[in-house]
Amino acid sequence: MNLPIPFLILSFLTILSALYVVTSKSPVHSVLALIFTFFTISAHYVLLNAQFLAVVNLIVYAGAIMVLFLFVLMLLNLSKEIEPIKSNAWAIAATISAGSILLMITAAFQVFGEAVAKNPVEGIGLVKALGNVLFTRFLVPFELTGILFLAAMVGAVLLGKREKKPTELSTNETINP
Amino acid sequence: MSSLTIFNQLEISHYIYLSTVLFSIGLFGVLFRRNAIILLMCIELMLNAVNLLFVAFSSYMGDSDGQIFVFFIMVVAAAEAAVGLAILVLVYRNTRKTDVSVLDNLKG
Repeated sequence: MNLPIPFLILSFLTILSALYVVTSKSPVHSVLALIFTFFTISAHYVLLNAQFLAVVNLIVYAGAIMVLFLFVLMLLNLSKEIEPIKSNAWAIAATISAGSILLMITAAFQVFGEAVAKNPVEGIGLVKALGNVLFTRFLVPFELTGILFLAAMVGAVLLGKREKKPTELSTNETINP
Repeated sequence: MSSLTIFNQLEISHYIYLSTVLFSIGLFGVLFRRNAIILLMCIELMLNAVNLLFVAFSSYMGDSDGQIFVFFIMVVAAAEAAVGLAILVLVYRNTRKTDVSVLDNLKG
């Protein structure tokens, strides 16, 4: 089994930074390690000839979602918070659960993965091919996705604004009686 | 094209192992950590492991449907992160903590 060096290096970096996300004490370090993980996953997409998804992954995940996480961390000033450590029993239970899931999925795919014949088609990950499929066969799900996004946006704004009323109510209640 | 030669040397099983390991790391984080922000980040990690598997299968089978599904997963992940972080900010305002173990009021 001789794997190509770029794949080995990328996979090593991906797994290492993912482990750092999980084990790091500081949330800011976790966020930065997760951004690095997304960069390496984008590099994997390039290796898999999914060039457009690689760019979208960088823009959406590393650019938008992780910036949101960083903003929340900075706004809540959580960067120095030391999290209480769970007991050893929790660590053992979590390790056993994650390890058995790992074992189960690899065992399940061992049978199934061999059945996939390699049939690469040129230019499948480019904007033209993906746009063709997205705006013809997947048009209805695409439009529904827009509605989902609208609902999520309204929900996030509503949740963020909800704070005012309860505090006003509670101060009124404490003053009035 | 050098990326194509690398692609030809790899089997689908390598990507299956890689994304399974990533998924398990994310699952371990969800089970082990208590900070709600880290929990959300571990969920993102698990979603990315699934995305990687989708892209790998899509490229190997020569079918672009898998890559379209990755788009939809990204949309769901973005919506989930926005709503989840809004809830997190709300929880922080009320309890001054982001520790998920304080959220056990439903225990009765």
